[in-house]
Amino acid sequence: MADVTMRIWRGDATGGDFENYTVAQQEGEVVLDVIHRIQATDAPDLACRWNCKAGKCGSCAAEINGKPRLMCMTRMDQLPEGPVTVTPMKTFPIIRDLVTDVSFNFAMAEKVPALLPPPMPADGYRMFQEDVERGQEFRKCIECFMCQDVCHVIRDHEENKQHYAGPRFFIRYAELEMHPLDTNDRRDLIREEMGLGYCNITKCCTEVCPEHIKITDNAIIPLKERVVDAQYDPIAWLGRKIRRKTKRTASEAAVQPAP
Amino acid sequence: MTAVGSSTKVVLGGTRGGPDVATLRQDRWWVQPVVTVSILTAFVIYSTWAAFQNKNYYVGAAFNRDLISPFYSPCIASSCTSGAGSGFLIHTPQWFSPALLILIFPLGFRLTCYYYRRSYYRAFWWSPPACAVSDAHASYSGETKFPLIMQNVHRYFFYFGLVFNALLTYDAIRAFHQPGLGWGVTVGTVVLVVNATLLWLYSLSCHACRHLCGGQVRSFAKHPIRHKFWKFVTPLNAKHMNFAWASLVFVALTDVYVRLVASGALTDYKLF
Repeated sequence: MADVTMRIWRGDATGGDFENYTVAQQEGEVVLDVIHRIQATDAPDLACRWNCKAGKCGSCAAEINGKPRLMCMTRMDQLPEGPVTVTPMKTFPIIRDLVTDVSFNFAMAEKVPALLPPPMPADGYRMFQEDVERGQEFRKCIECFMCQDVCHVIRDHEENKQHYAGPRFFIRYAELEMHPLDTNDRRDLIREEMGLGYCNITKCCTEVCPEHIKITDNAIIPLKERVVDAQYDPIAWLGRKIRRKTKRTASEAAVQPAP
Repeated sequence: MTAVGSSTKVVLGGTRGGPDVATLRQDRWWVQPVVTVSILTAFVIYSTWAAFQNKNYYVGAAFNRDLISPFYSPCIASSCTSGAGSGFLIHTPQWFSPALLILIFPLGFRLTCYYYRRSYYRAFWWSPPACAVSDAHASYSGETKFPLIMQNVHRYFFYFGLVFNALLTYDAIRAFHQPGLGWGVTVGTVVLVVNATLLWLYSLSCHACRHLCGGQVRSFAKHPIRHKFWKFVTPLNAKHMNFAWASLVFVALTDVYVRLVASGALTDYKLF
């Protein structure tokens, strides 16, 4: 097979640039294989994260030809002719070469109010199959953070990281909000502190998800509609008042045990 | 630099890797925005022109037909052409186009639609123009402030949309009766039926509809009927984009057809 030129961004927080590596292409290779071969031959100090090589750990997320992708799931023979550009995820601070500091995501994960079920009934908790199936899609997330990387709200506007959880965590919020045993109401939190309104549903998160989770259609838009129920729909508000149906906010639930 | 408030300290504003360029994408990412701008602009220009025409929107008894353009139905202005008007009329001067009274509702439904929002934010506002291509604006507040916070009224336009669908369905059924000839099927009736069907599919596949049908409940097991509704609209919702484009194009084509027949440029052929 023909040689291929890999344009790999090399550098750290002090700066960096592209370096070209021309290597022989082998049949059936993925980008991560070629990166490993470059490490083994031309550049032993080339930094990249990887673990499973099977698209299930999310460690090797990078940008290939400008688009966030898993290096282990991107076949070389499916890329267009010409040099292949590999860069680190743009949204997160660089550590070195293709390795970024994704701890922003861990901070956002800590802010998610946990599941708060009611006291256990005498015969135990029961969940029905249709409710189990509903959240199954969201649990496929491998936390590669490519959806966070491609989301322009924080990719192009660093200042929004202070008040925007991002698509990965909107999946988590949706999963909890749709959980039949949860007693928290996170809608105010999602609107006021997690920045759901910043999402303008351009669906890039859905486009890059390696697990094909319909992030926008099945998580973000349903959350937006729930926020409309709670905040912007006067008929829904009137209905709650008439039926005297009130839910506790996540912060109330956190300090007060479930009824 | 600011730390996010949690036990895991995150330094915002750290140096990013990679080159400081708008995009490194090599594919033709600009094709989709160009197509979107072209189609939506063409539709806006045509529908504005059609709305101000105030003529040739109804094919009446003179042609042995009962066809009305969807841009003018329901015709509730007193300036409506004879035969096109509904029972309820608002007094307007004769030069006033009846379309101007009603188009705000279908326009608002499409303008606040989640799919169209995705499309025009990308294509017109370049926020962003495509995935992994830089946003064209220095600052960004999304849908958190006026006017874009008003996108949250989408479900109310959905309710109005349902009323319009019912009225356009009534128009399509009425079109099967040809004044002076009796019942029959013409190309015009088929056009109105297809138009009404596409509009129903577009409305029923709407995200707000999916939410209101059953998406808003915490437990499907406790709401089995709403779960059935939700399961019915969910596959439609997956095709919302297709229905959005098909219904948009066809509603314009329906107006073109009625306009051509009403002006005498085209004959509405009877099929049987």
